[in-house]
Amino acid sequence: MPPGRGGALVTAPTLLQAEHLSGYFQVGGGFFRPRKVLRAVDDVSLRVRRGETVGLVGESGCGKSTLGRLLLRLIEPTAGRVAFDGQDLTLLSAEELRRLRRRMQIIFQDPYSSLNPRMSVRDIVGEGLQIHRMVQGRAALEERVAELLQRVGLRPEHRERFPHEFSGGQRQRIGIARALAVQPEFIVCDEPTSALDVSIQAQIVNLLLDLQESLGLSFLLISHDLKVVEFMSHRVAVMYLGRIVETGPTAEVFGRRAHPYTRALFSALPVPDPARRSLRVLVEGDPPSPIDPPAGCAFHPRCPRAQRGRCDVETPRLLEVTGGSGHRVACHFPEE
Amino acid sequence: MSDAETSSAPALEVRGLVAGFQTERGLLRAVDDLSFSLPRGGTLGLVGESGSGKSVTSLCVMGLLPEPHGRILAGSIRLQGRELVGLPEREWQRLRGAQVAMIFQEPMTSLNPVYSVGAQIGEAVRLHRKVSRRDARARAVELLKLVGIPDPAERVDAYPHQLSGGMRQRVMIAMALSCEPSVLIADEPTTALDVTIQAQILELLRSLQQQLSMSVLLITHDLGVVAHHVARVVVMYAGRLVEEAPVAELFARPLHPYTRGLLRSIPPVGSSRLGEARPRRLPTIEGLVPSLLDLPGGCRFAPRCELREPRCEAEEPVYREIAPGRQVRCHRAEEALS
Repeated sequence: MPPGRGGALVTAPTLLQAEHLSGYFQVGGGFFRPRKVLRAVDDVSLRVRRGETVGLVGESGCGKSTLGRLLLRLIEPTAGRVAFDGQDLTLLSAEELRRLRRRMQIIFQDPYSSLNPRMSVRDIVGEGLQIHRMVQGRAALEERVAELLQRVGLRPEHRERFPHEFSGGQRQRIGIARALAVQPEFIVCDEPTSALDVSIQAQIVNLLLDLQESLGLSFLLISHDLKVVEFMSHRVAVMYLGRIVETGPTAEVFGRRAHPYTRALFSALPVPDPARRSLRVLVEGDPPSPIDPPAGCAFHPRCPRAQRGRCDVETPRLLEVTGGSGHRVACHFPEE
Repeated sequence: MSDAETSSAPALEVRGLVAGFQTERGLLRAVDDLSFSLPRGGTLGLVGESGSGKSVTSLCVMGLLPEPHGRILAGSIRLQGRELVGLPEREWQRLRGAQVAMIFQEPMTSLNPVYSVGAQIGEAVRLHRKVSRRDARARAVELLKLVGIPDPAERVDAYPHQLSGGMRQRVMIAMALSCEPSVLIADEPTTALDVTIQAQILELLRSLQQQLSMSVLLITHDLGVVAHHVARVVVMYAGRLVEEAPVAELFARPLHPYTRGLLRSIPPVGSSRLGEARPRRLPTIEGLVPSLLDLPGGCRFAPRCELREPRCEAEEPVYREIAPGRQVRCHRAEEALS
């Protein structure tokens, strides 16, 4: 039995480690217009231990989905390295990478567009098994697919059906079965519940927790839903404009909220409790463009604590809040 | 109709509304016997998941149900006492925007990409009022200022793609308010937005509603959103009303097992700090939302209900008032009340 989600798995071995990882994109360009660089992910370091869920939160454009793809090397990093079980992904050949990919999978937000509508559930779930030659013969494939469907709460006879015959929640289960088929150790869950009805979200959250417990999986949970991330994650990282601004054990980070942006996210959260109506302090303005980010701390134009001459000049480094807890924040004037 | 009659009527009153679509597999009743009342200057939340009928309701109220497949089959929709069901399209065109306006979920697709936002707001103004282009533009600037867009005199010439998602939703609100409608329907107005922007837009809607004494019908799947922004809540499930209550009472003591299940399935804020007391799994509502073409007999929620008993499958409960201001459709609602 793994330890509860309340505390971090401090003793479990590291499965995935990213160091100073960056992903830049060239955008624009044309006659008379210079190309610009979009720093989607900028110098991010992150560790995921075995059996652990690391939650990644932030608003659209903060780079959280790009980071998930960089970790799997679905996007080539501009700088930095990613080690999976000790092997540096950025140094692997195409063939070596293909073999390692079996051990790392991804689940997408939109169960409508991420399943091929022309493939039966058998083919969707069984494809990875065949590519990686994990079953011998038709009967074994049938049996394994049936077993996977049952594992995610579907029925063996669903093999014959096509994605359009299923509801959103069922499609997400198919996506999870596809990811599980190749017996991965690490799964990037990119907004796994965001497109689902409220009554279905909880079912998928519980399914992911069940699978983690029984299979010892590690998750990177990417979501804008703070409540789901808090419930599922051992540790969290809050991203803003390509950088991690606060990270550490979930209870520490979401409990203390040392970065003003973490506070702003919680303050904006629509809590289903009418009594808490008046307690909100809202952050103003929109997130700035990652193409031309503000100087100094990227959050300073929206920050209630920003001080001129410091925050608009000097980029804060990610530093330990209190010794030993692993709670780190990138802010010149963190909340006490 | 006399003035006295219309001035005492609610801003919007829906009674016994049945609406749906003719499909290859028969008639689909997306909304089945819906009744609610939005008081003047008041706010009402309509909550439901996909297939609940909440969006079809908004289309009915706006006279936008796509014909000939979509039809209102029974019931009444009164806007300040005036019957809207059966109104000819020409009448609708005069009403829509001027008396009742709507903002949608997706500000990207609801704005025309090839016209400046000022031109689009100006067009909405000129549809209902005889004003010059210059005056329409001045009104557009005024509206952009009203919805909190910085530098409105410059932004009036901006195109939708030059604005952020939050700013586009503000433009949509400005368009909806251009002719000072008495009723505003906000159908998932913040679902596509980030949480900090969502909070800004909801605060804006709240302050505009008070400032302009508009009546607002807020349609959403998000119980967190209604908790902070409406006075009363109506909950729908599979085309049916299941519960209505003042917002504080609904959250304090939900009477329908569906409402209770929805509230319980939202992870609590602070769950990581509960330590050992933290729940290991979320309480769930089992099963799936039923297909409207294949509804269960009896109570439509019965197959997923933890309080299910034989009569729930045999007989659909009547929607009834069981305490002052509290309506519910459940055979066993009294147990939740006591």
